[in-house]
Amino acid sequence: MATDTNAETPQQESPKTKNLLLAVFFGLVFGFLLQKGGAAKYNVLIGILLLEDFTVVKLMLSAIVVGMLGVFTLVALGKAKLSLKPTKIGANIIGGLIFGAGFALLAYCPGTGAAALGQGNWDAIFGIIGLMAGSYIYAELSGTLERTVKKWGDYGKITLSDVIPVPRAALVPIVAMILVSVLVVLQKYTGPR
Amino acid sequence: MRRIGFILLFLAPQVVWAAVAMPGTNPLAYPGASWSPYLVGAGIGVLSWLTFAFSDKPVGASSSYAALAGMIGKAIAPKHTASLQYYQKNPPKIGWEVAFVGAAILGAFISAYSGGEITNQWLHPMWVSRFGDSIALRGAVAVLGGALMAFGSRLADGCTSGHGISGTLQLNPGSWITVISMFVGGIATAYLMYRI
Repeated sequence: MATDTNAETPQQESPKTKNLLLAVFFGLVFGFLLQKGGAAKYNVLIGILLLEDFTVVKLMLSAIVVGMLGVFTLVALGKAKLSLKPTKIGANIIGGLIFGAGFALLAYCPGTGAAALGQGNWDAIFGIIGLMAGSYIYAELSGTLERTVKKWGDYGKITLSDVIPVPRAALVPIVAMILVSVLVVLQKYTGPR
Repeated sequence: MRRIGFILLFLAPQVVWAAVAMPGTNPLAYPGASWSPYLVGAGIGVLSWLTFAFSDKPVGASSSYAALAGMIGKAIAPKHTASLQYYQKNPPKIGWEVAFVGAAILGAFISAYSGGEITNQWLHPMWVSRFGDSIALRGAVAVLGGALMAFGSRLADGCTSGHGISGTLQLNPGSWITVISMFVGGIATAYLMYRI
């Protein structure tokens, strides 16, 4: 798809269009991988919340380890910069808990919901309607929430190396080893998935 | 089915419930990943290198739904939508995130089609065995679930992609707190739905 558009407008392609084409390419890969990893399937997603199918945790921890090693290397080489969301403990905990309740009810999260729709799980359409409605309801209350909940435990944009006095060059491999150990234990002590 | 349950009983205590519960609500009784989750996870990790390096963006999904909702809001009630703080800070438009999530639908279709896994179904049998075959009931629960998830995402400032993968891999303490809270809320609710 990207090459077709390039062929039509070889020179005038704006940085904005190029950025959107990259987003489309990355999104195609993301959806493809989620579906191959079983993360578009109702039973796999409910399975992790019932602590009976650990596929999603295996997938997520692998992504975190590989992603972390590469992204921090790119940052150290000056080829990328971190894109941190502020740590706001109150909003993180309350938002996370509300998210979790919704996650179990729908079974698809915002990313895997797109993948579920792609593989033909039509109930994801209801989920997407709900996602849009919930976003607008949040926007309605955003002024109040910004002044209250979002101020509780606001530490700004930090990383773990600001909390634990260990330099990143040491912390990243240590965390990677801990996460790999968790994966090894999971693989050993859980069932087939 | 019973024999599989019997074998699982010896493999892991975590699946005891799955073995003794009705097979209909046993998540392991249905197909799982078609590729190794470790391979897929590593692939998503590499994808995040590329999005950081070439788009200066972390992988994320939830904000695209907020953008779409804002665009609908702008069409119906332009003044009111423009007055909301969230949309003042995040003007609704078809941007990187919307293109990314839209393409993910197509990517999943390509994957499912090529792997012979197109489901073409409104209700998963696991849902049906617990809650019956009413599409209206599933629809109502799914709309509520989606709405809660979007509200929680915006409050926490990210979802299982933006916090759960992209934030955690940057060792963002807030992302680790969020993803743990997500699983606590999700596990509690899923147990209430399927195991009580």
